[in-house]
Amino acid sequence: MADEVVLLDFWPSMFGMRVRIALAEKGIKYEYKEEDLKNKSPLLLQMNPIHKKIPVLIHNGKPVCESLIIVQYIDEVWKDKSPLLPSHPYQRAQARFWADFVDKKVYVVSRKVWTTKGEEMEAAKKEFFENYKILEGELGDKPYFGGETFGYVDLALVTCYSWFYAVETSGECSIEAECPKIIAWVKRCLQKESVAKTLPDQKKV
Amino acid sequence: MADEVVLLDLWASMFGMRVRIALAEKGIKYEYKEEDLKNKSPLLLQMNPIHKKIPVLIHNGKPVCESLIIVQYIDEVWKDKSPLLPSHPYQRAQARFWADFVDKKVYDVSRKLWTTKGEEKEAAKKEFFETYKILEGELGDKPYFGGETFGYVDLAFVTFYSWFYVVETFGEFSIEAECPKIIAWAKRCLQKETVAKTLPDQKKVYEFIRQMRGE
Repeated sequence: MADEVVLLDFWPSMFGMRVRIALAEKGIKYEYKEEDLKNKSPLLLQMNPIHKKIPVLIHNGKPVCESLIIVQYIDEVWKDKSPLLPSHPYQRAQARFWADFVDKKVYVVSRKVWTTKGEEMEAAKKEFFENYKILEGELGDKPYFGGETFGYVDLALVTCYSWFYAVETSGECSIEAECPKIIAWVKRCLQKESVAKTLPDQKKV
Repeated sequence: MADEVVLLDLWASMFGMRVRIALAEKGIKYEYKEEDLKNKSPLLLQMNPIHKKIPVLIHNGKPVCESLIIVQYIDEVWKDKSPLLPSHPYQRAQARFWADFVDKKVYDVSRKLWTTKGEEKEAAKKEFFETYKILEGELGDKPYFGGETFGYVDLAFVTFYSWFYVVETFGEFSIEAECPKIIAWAKRCLQKETVAKTLPDQKKVYEFIRQMRGE
Protein backbone atom coordinates (compact mmCIF):
# COMPACT_ATOMS: atom_id res chain seq x y z
CA MET A 1 0.00 0.00 0.00
CA ALA A 2 1.46 3.34 -1.00
CA ASP A 3 2.13 5.88 1.71
CA GLU A 4 0.06 9.01 1.62
CA VAL A 5 2.14 11.94 2.81
CA VAL A 6 0.87 15.51 3.03
CA LEU A 7 2.79 18.52 4.36
CA LEU A 8 0.97 21.62 5.64
CA ASP A 9 3.51 24.42 5.46
CA PHE A 10 4.32 28.07 4.74
CA TRP A 11 7.07 28.70 2.20
CA PRO A 12 9.32 31.09 4.22
CA SER A 13 9.11 29.01 7.41
CA MET A 14 12.56 27.77 8.46
CA PHE A 15 10.78 25.07 10.46
CA GLY A 16 8.82 23.86 7.46
CA MET A 17 12.01 23.87 5.39
CA ARG A 18 13.58 21.36 7.79
CA VAL A 19 10.79 18.90 7.02
CA ARG A 20 11.04 19.56 3.27
CA ILE A 21 14.78 18.84 3.32
CA ALA A 22 14.23 15.64 5.34
CA LEU A 23 11.55 14.44 2.89
CA ALA A 24 13.86 15.25 -0.04
CA GLU A 25 16.80 13.44 1.59
CA LYS A 26 14.65 10.33 1.93
CA GLY A 27 13.19 10.66 -1.57
CA ILE A 28 9.62 10.68 -0.23
CA LYS A 29 6.83 11.80 -2.53
CA TYR A 30 4.36 14.09 -0.83
CA GLU A 31 1.63 16.62 -1.41
CA TYR A 32 2.59 20.14 -0.37
CA LYS A 33 -0.21 22.40 0.91
CA GLU A 34 0.57 26.07 1.38
CA GLU A 35 -1.13 27.62 4.40
CA ASP A 36 -2.23 31.23 4.72
CA LEU A 37 -1.33 31.94 8.35
CA LYS A 38 -3.88 34.76 8.51
CA ASN A 39 -6.57 32.37 7.34
CA LYS A 40 -5.67 28.90 8.58
CA SER A 41 -7.34 26.01 6.83
CA PRO A 42 -9.84 23.75 8.63
CA LEU A 43 -7.42 20.90 7.92
CA LEU A 44 -4.60 22.63 9.82
CA LEU A 45 -6.85 23.44 12.77
CA GLN A 46 -8.06 19.84 12.84
CA MET A 47 -4.59 18.32 12.50
CA ASN A 48 -2.84 20.63 14.96
CA PRO A 49 -5.53 21.81 17.36
CA ILE A 50 -3.06 22.42 20.19
CA HIS A 51 -0.61 24.86 18.59
CA LYS A 52 -2.40 25.56 15.27
CA LYS A 53 1.00 25.95 13.63
CA ILE A 54 2.85 24.67 10.61
CA PRO A 55 4.61 22.47 9.68
CA VAL A 56 2.31 19.48 10.09
CA LEU A 57 3.10 16.17 8.43
CA ILE A 58 0.06 14.02 7.74
CA HIS A 59 1.10 10.41 7.15
CA ASN A 60 -1.73 8.13 6.04
CA GLY A 61 -4.17 10.55 7.67
CA LYS A 62 -2.34 10.82 11.01
CA PRO A 63 -0.71 14.13 11.97
CA VAL A 64 2.76 14.72 13.40
CA CYS A 65 3.57 18.22 14.65
CA GLU A 66 6.66 20.24 15.65
CA SER A 67 9.45 20.30 13.06
CA LEU A 68 12.17 18.40 14.95
CA ILE A 69 9.68 15.76 16.10
CA ILE A 70 8.54 15.38 12.47
CA VAL A 71 12.15 15.04 11.27
CA GLN A 72 12.88 12.33 13.87
CA TYR A 73 9.66 10.55 12.85
CA ILE A 74 10.65 10.67 9.16
CA ASP A 75 14.11 9.35 10.06
CA GLU A 76 12.61 6.44 12.04
CA VAL A 77 9.91 5.44 9.54
CA TRP A 78 12.04 5.73 6.39
CA LYS A 79 15.10 4.38 8.11
CA ASP A 80 16.71 2.59 5.20
CA LYS A 81 17.83 5.66 3.30
CA SER A 82 20.03 8.64 4.20
CA PRO A 83 19.98 8.40 8.00
CA LEU A 84 19.72 11.84 9.56
CA LEU A 85 20.40 11.05 13.22
CA PRO A 86 23.55 9.20 14.29
CA SER A 87 23.17 5.54 15.20
CA HIS A 88 25.02 5.68 18.53
CA PRO A 89 22.93 6.84 21.51
CA TYR A 90 25.58 9.26 22.78
CA GLN A 91 26.01 10.98 19.42
CA ARG A 92 22.23 11.00 19.08
CA ALA A 93 21.92 12.79 22.42
CA GLN A 94 24.50 15.35 21.29
CA ALA A 95 22.66 15.89 17.99
CA ARG A 96 19.38 16.42 19.87
CA PHE A 97 21.14 18.85 22.25
CA TRP A 98 22.46 21.03 19.43
CA ALA A 99 19.19 21.03 17.48
CA ASP A 100 17.49 22.05 20.74
CA PHE A 101 20.09 24.84 21.11
CA VAL A 102 19.15 26.10 17.64
CA ASP A 103 15.47 26.08 18.61
CA LYS A 104 15.92 27.69 22.04
CA LYS A 105 18.53 30.27 21.20
CA VAL A 106 19.14 30.89 17.52
CA TYR A 107 15.58 31.32 16.26
CA VAL A 108 14.40 33.50 19.15
CA VAL A 109 17.42 35.81 18.98
CA SER A 110 17.35 36.08 15.16
CA ARG A 111 13.74 37.11 15.33
CA LYS A 112 14.57 39.84 17.86
CA VAL A 113 17.15 41.31 15.49
CA TRP A 114 14.65 41.93 12.74
CA THR A 115 11.68 42.86 14.94
CA THR A 116 13.22 45.26 17.44
CA LYS A 117 15.10 48.57 17.32
CA GLY A 118 17.63 50.56 19.24
CA GLU A 119 19.14 49.11 22.42
CA GLU A 120 17.02 45.97 22.31
CA MET A 121 18.21 45.26 18.79
CA GLU A 122 21.84 45.89 19.70
CA ALA A 123 21.54 43.45 22.61
CA ALA A 124 19.94 40.89 20.30
CA LYS A 125 22.73 41.34 17.74
CA LYS A 126 25.36 40.75 20.42
CA GLU A 127 23.59 37.55 21.53
CA PHE A 128 23.12 36.52 17.88
CA PHE A 129 26.85 36.55 17.29
CA GLU A 130 27.62 34.86 20.64
CA ASN A 131 25.31 32.00 19.61
CA TYR A 132 26.93 31.67 16.19
CA LYS A 133 30.42 31.71 17.71
CA ILE A 134 29.33 28.84 19.96
CA LEU A 135 28.07 27.00 16.89
CA GLU A 136 31.33 27.67 15.02
CA GLY A 137 33.12 26.12 18.01
CA GLU A 138 30.91 23.07 17.84
CA LEU A 139 31.42 22.73 14.07
CA GLY A 140 35.19 22.96 14.49
CA ASP A 141 37.04 21.61 11.48
CA LYS A 142 34.31 19.15 10.49
CA PRO A 143 32.66 19.65 7.10
CA TYR A 144 29.23 19.26 8.73
CA PHE A 145 27.91 19.32 12.29
CA GLY A 146 27.08 15.67 11.65
CA GLY A 147 30.74 14.94 10.85
CA GLU A 148 31.57 13.74 7.35
CA THR A 149 27.96 13.78 6.24
CA PHE A 150 25.01 16.19 6.45
CA GLY A 151 22.86 15.30 9.42
CA TYR A 152 20.21 16.31 11.93
CA VAL A 153 21.95 19.39 13.36
CA ASP A 154 22.94 20.65 9.88
CA LEU A 155 19.29 20.29 8.84
CA ALA A 156 18.06 22.08 11.97
CA LEU A 157 20.36 25.06 11.48
CA VAL A 158 20.83 25.50 7.73
CA THR A 159 17.26 26.65 7.22
CA CYS A 160 18.07 29.75 9.29
CA TYR A 161 20.30 30.78 6.37
CA SER A 162 17.31 31.91 4.34
CA TRP A 163 16.80 34.61 6.97
CA PHE A 164 20.44 35.84 7.04
CA TYR A 165 19.78 38.64 4.56
CA ALA A 166 16.87 39.88 6.71
CA VAL A 167 19.07 39.81 9.82
CA GLU A 168 21.98 41.56 8.07
CA THR A 169 19.73 44.27 6.66
CA SER A 170 17.81 44.99 9.89
CA GLY A 171 20.88 44.61 12.05
CA GLU A 172 23.26 46.38 9.65
CA CYS A 173 25.91 43.72 10.05
CA SER A 174 27.70 41.10 8.01
CA ILE A 175 27.44 37.53 9.21
CA GLU A 176 30.29 36.45 6.93
CA ALA A 177 32.61 39.00 8.50
CA GLU A 178 31.93 37.73 12.01
CA CYS A 179 31.36 34.02 11.37
CA PRO A 180 33.10 32.98 8.16
CA LYS A 181 33.09 29.29 9.10
CA ILE A 182 29.30 29.32 9.31
CA ILE A 183 28.96 30.87 5.86
CA ALA A 184 31.45 28.34 4.46
CA TRP A 185 29.45 25.51 6.05
CA VAL A 186 26.19 26.89 4.62
CA LYS A 187 27.64 27.02 1.13
CA ARG A 188 28.80 23.43 1.53
CA CYS A 189 25.24 22.42 2.51
CA LEU A 190 23.83 24.34 -0.46
CA GLN A 191 25.80 22.04 -2.75
CA LYS A 192 23.36 19.33 -1.74
CA GLU A 193 20.39 19.21 -4.07
CA SER A 194 17.87 18.63 -1.23
CA VAL A 195 19.03 21.83 0.49
CA ALA A 196 19.48 23.99 -2.64
CA LYS A 197 16.02 23.12 -3.93
CA THR A 198 14.35 23.80 -0.57
CA LEU A 199 15.87 27.06 0.64
CA PRO A 200 14.13 30.03 -0.94
CA ASP A 201 16.00 33.07 -2.19
CA GLN A 202 17.06 35.25 0.77
CA LYS A 203 15.66 38.39 -0.83
CA LYS A 204 12.25 36.76 -1.35
CA VAL A 205 12.15 36.08 2.38
CA MET B 1 33.37 -2.92 32.66
CA ALA B 2 30.92 -1.30 35.06
CA ASP B 3 29.17 1.84 33.93
CA GLU B 4 30.05 4.98 35.82
CA VAL B 5 26.98 7.20 36.10
CA VAL B 6 26.92 10.58 37.85
CA LEU B 7 23.99 12.98 38.08
CA LEU B 8 24.47 16.70 38.76
CA ASP B 9 21.16 17.93 40.09
CA LEU B 10 19.13 20.04 42.52
CA TRP B 11 16.70 18.18 44.78
CA ALA B 12 13.76 20.51 44.06
CA SER B 13 14.20 20.60 40.28
CA MET B 14 11.27 19.06 38.43
CA PHE B 15 13.64 18.53 35.49
CA GLY B 16 16.20 16.69 37.59
CA MET B 17 13.44 14.54 39.06
CA ARG B 18 12.60 13.27 35.57
CA VAL B 19 16.11 11.88 35.23
CA ARG B 20 16.03 10.37 38.73
CA ILE B 21 12.78 8.56 37.97
CA ALA B 22 14.18 7.26 34.66
CA LEU B 23 17.34 5.99 36.38
CA ALA B 24 15.22 4.31 39.08
CA GLU B 25 12.90 2.73 36.48
CA LYS B 26 15.94 1.18 34.80
CA GLY B 27 17.54 0.15 38.11
CA ILE B 28 20.73 2.08 37.31
CA LYS B 29 23.19 2.75 40.14
CA TYR B 30 24.55 6.26 40.09
CA GLU B 31 26.30 8.89 42.15
CA TYR B 32 24.11 11.89 42.97
CA LYS B 33 25.78 15.28 43.30
CA GLU B 34 23.73 18.16 44.69
CA GLU B 35 24.49 21.52 43.08
CA ASP B 36 24.20 24.92 44.73
CA LEU B 37 22.82 27.04 41.89
CA LYS B 38 24.21 30.21 43.46
CA ASN B 39 27.65 28.63 43.52
CA LYS B 40 27.88 26.23 40.59
CA SER B 41 30.60 23.62 40.79
CA PRO B 42 33.54 23.61 38.34
CA LEU B 43 32.33 20.18 37.26
CA LEU B 44 28.90 21.53 36.22
CA LEU B 45 30.44 24.46 34.34
CA GLN B 46 32.81 22.08 32.58
CA MET B 47 30.12 19.49 31.74
CA ASN B 48 27.44 21.98 30.63
CA PRO B 49 29.33 25.06 29.44
CA ILE B 50 26.53 26.13 27.09
CA HIS B 51 23.58 26.38 29.47
CA LYS B 52 25.33 25.86 32.85
CA LYS B 53 22.17 24.16 34.12
CA ILE B 54 21.19 20.98 35.89
CA PRO B 55 20.38 18.17 35.38
CA VAL B 56 23.52 16.82 33.71
CA LEU B 57 24.08 13.09 33.38
CA ILE B 58 27.73 12.07 33.14
CA HIS B 59 28.05 8.56 31.70
CA ASN B 60 31.59 7.18 31.76
CA GLY B 61 32.88 10.75 31.86
CA LYS B 62 30.75 12.03 28.98
CA PRO B 63 27.99 14.59 29.67
CA VAL B 64 24.41 14.58 28.42
CA CYS B 65 22.34 17.73 29.06
CA GLU B 66 18.65 18.75 28.93
CA SER B 67 16.29 16.52 30.92
CA LEU B 68 14.21 15.06 28.08
CA ILE B 69 17.32 14.42 25.98
CA ILE B 70 18.87 12.65 28.99
CA VAL B 71 15.73 10.54 29.50
CA GLN B 72 15.72 9.48 25.83
CA TYR B 73 19.43 8.65 26.11
CA ILE B 74 18.83 6.51 29.21
CA ASP B 75 15.95 4.75 27.43
CA GLU B 76 18.16 3.98 24.42
CA VAL B 77 21.26 2.84 26.29
CA TRP B 78 19.49 0.72 28.93
CA LYS B 79 16.93 -0.51 26.48
CA ASP B 80 16.30 -3.96 27.87
CA LYS B 81 14.40 -2.89 30.95
CA SER B 82 11.23 -0.84 31.51
CA PRO B 83 10.97 0.94 28.14
CA LEU B 84 9.90 4.55 28.60
CA LEU B 85 9.16 5.56 25.01
CA PRO B 86 6.74 3.57 22.86
CA SER B 87 8.26 1.27 20.25
CA HIS B 88 6.16 2.43 17.29
CA PRO B 89 7.45 5.57 15.52
CA TYR B 90 4.02 7.23 15.42
CA GLN B 91 3.35 6.75 19.13
CA ARG B 92 6.91 7.88 19.79
CA ALA B 93 6.27 11.10 17.88
CA GLN B 94 3.10 11.66 19.90
CA ALA B 95 4.95 11.04 23.18
CA ARG B 96 7.65 13.53 22.16
CA PHE B 97 4.96 16.06 21.20
CA TRP B 98 3.26 15.90 24.60
CA ALA B 99 6.50 16.01 26.58
CA ASP B 100 7.46 19.05 24.46
CA PHE B 101 4.04 20.58 25.28
CA VAL B 102 4.76 20.12 29.00
CA ASP B 103 8.14 21.83 28.55
CA LYS B 104 6.81 24.69 26.44
CA LYS B 105 3.64 25.44 28.33
CA VAL B 106 3.43 23.98 31.82
CA TYR B 107 6.69 25.21 33.29
CA ASP B 108 6.39 28.80 32.06
CA VAL B 109 2.79 29.29 33.07
CA SER B 110 3.39 27.70 36.49
CA ARG B 111 6.36 29.96 37.09
CA LYS B 112 4.30 33.05 36.29
CA LEU B 113 1.97 32.17 39.15
CA TRP B 114 4.65 32.69 41.76
CA THR B 115 6.55 35.50 40.04
CA THR B 116 3.79 37.89 38.93
CA LYS B 117 0.92 39.86 40.46
CA GLY B 118 -2.38 41.43 39.56
CA GLU B 119 -3.61 41.20 35.97
CA GLU B 120 -0.56 39.27 34.76
CA LYS B 121 -1.13 36.66 37.45
CA GLU B 122 -4.84 36.37 36.60
CA ALA B 123 -3.96 35.82 32.97
CA ALA B 124 -1.43 33.17 34.02
CA LYS B 125 -4.07 31.41 36.13
CA LYS B 126 -6.43 31.27 33.16
CA GLU B 127 -3.68 29.88 30.92
CA PHE B 128 -2.67 27.39 33.62
CA PHE B 129 -6.14 25.86 33.68
CA GLU B 130 -6.47 25.89 29.90
CA THR B 131 -3.18 23.99 29.70
CA TYR B 132 -4.22 21.47 32.35
CA LYS B 133 -7.60 20.93 30.69
CA ILE B 134 -5.79 20.12 27.45
CA LEU B 135 -3.67 17.58 29.31
CA GLU B 136 -6.78 16.08 30.94
CA GLY B 137 -8.24 15.74 27.44
CA GLU B 138 -5.13 13.95 26.22
CA LEU B 139 -5.16 11.60 29.23
CA GLY B 140 -8.81 10.75 28.64
CA ASP B 141 -9.81 7.52 30.33
CA LYS B 142 -6.36 5.98 30.17
CA PRO B 143 -4.64 5.19 33.49
CA TYR B 144 -1.46 6.83 32.22
CA PHE B 145 -0.57 9.15 29.34
CA GLY B 146 1.46 6.18 28.11
CA GLY B 147 -1.66 3.99 28.08
CA GLU B 148 -1.69 0.98 30.37
CA THR B 149 1.80 1.63 31.69
CA PHE B 150 3.74 4.63 33.01
CA GLY B 151 5.79 6.15 30.19
CA TYR B 152 7.69 9.12 28.82
CA VAL B 153 4.89 11.70 29.01
CA ASP B 154 3.89 10.60 32.52
CA LEU B 155 7.51 10.99 33.57
CA ALA B 156 7.81 14.41 31.91
CA PHE B 157 4.74 15.75 33.68
CA VAL B 158 4.44 14.00 37.05
CA THR B 159 7.45 15.78 38.50
CA PHE B 160 5.42 18.99 38.47
CA TYR B 161 3.21 17.41 41.13
CA SER B 162 5.78 18.24 43.78
CA TRP B 163 5.25 21.90 42.88
CA PHE B 164 1.44 21.79 43.07
CA TYR B 165 1.34 23.11 46.63
CA VAL B 166 3.55 26.05 45.55
CA VAL B 167 1.27 26.75 42.59
CA GLU B 168 -1.92 26.45 44.63
CA THR B 169 -0.66 28.66 47.45
CA PHE B 170 0.70 31.44 45.24
CA GLY B 171 -2.09 31.08 42.72
CA GLU B 172 -4.75 30.89 45.40
CA PHE B 173 -6.72 28.05 43.87
CA SER B 174 -7.22 24.32 44.10
CA ILE B 175 -5.95 22.17 41.25
CA GLU B 176 -8.06 19.22 42.39
CA ALA B 177 -11.25 21.30 42.15
CA GLU B 178 -10.57 22.26 38.53
CA CYS B 179 -8.68 19.22 37.26
CA PRO B 180 -9.60 16.17 39.32
CA LYS B 181 -8.43 13.73 36.64
CA ILE B 182 -4.90 15.16 36.83
CA ILE B 183 -4.78 14.71 40.60
CA ALA B 184 -6.14 11.16 40.27
CA TRP B 185 -3.48 10.40 37.65
CA ALA B 186 -0.70 11.88 39.82
CA LYS B 187 -1.78 9.75 42.78
CA ARG B 188 -1.76 6.68 40.54
CA CYS B 189 1.81 7.51 39.49
CA LEU B 190 2.78 7.99 43.14
CA GLN B 191 1.87 4.36 43.78
CA LYS B 192 4.97 3.49 41.77
CA GLU B 193 7.99 3.17 44.03
CA THR B 194 10.28 5.00 41.58
CA VAL B 195 8.00 8.04 41.56
CA ALA B 196 7.16 8.01 45.28
CA LYS B 197 10.83 7.80 46.27
CA THR B 198 11.87 10.60 43.90
CA LEU B 199 9.25 13.28 44.35
CA PRO B 200 9.99 15.43 47.39
CA ASP B 201 7.34 16.51 49.83
CA GLN B 202 5.26 19.40 48.43
CA LYS B 203 5.68 21.52 51.56
CA LYS B 204 9.46 21.15 51.44
CA VAL B 205 9.41 22.55 47.89
CA TYR B 206 7.21 25.43 49.03
CA GLU B 207 9.67 26.31 51.81
CA PHE B 208 12.47 26.19 49.26
CA ILE B 209 10.65 28.68 47.00
CA ARG B 210 9.90 30.95 49.94
CA GLN B 211 13.57 30.93 50.85
CA MET B 212 14.52 31.75 47.27
CA ARG B 213 12.10 34.67 47.29
CA GLY B 214 13.76 35.88 50.49
CA GLU B 215 10.70 35.46 52.68
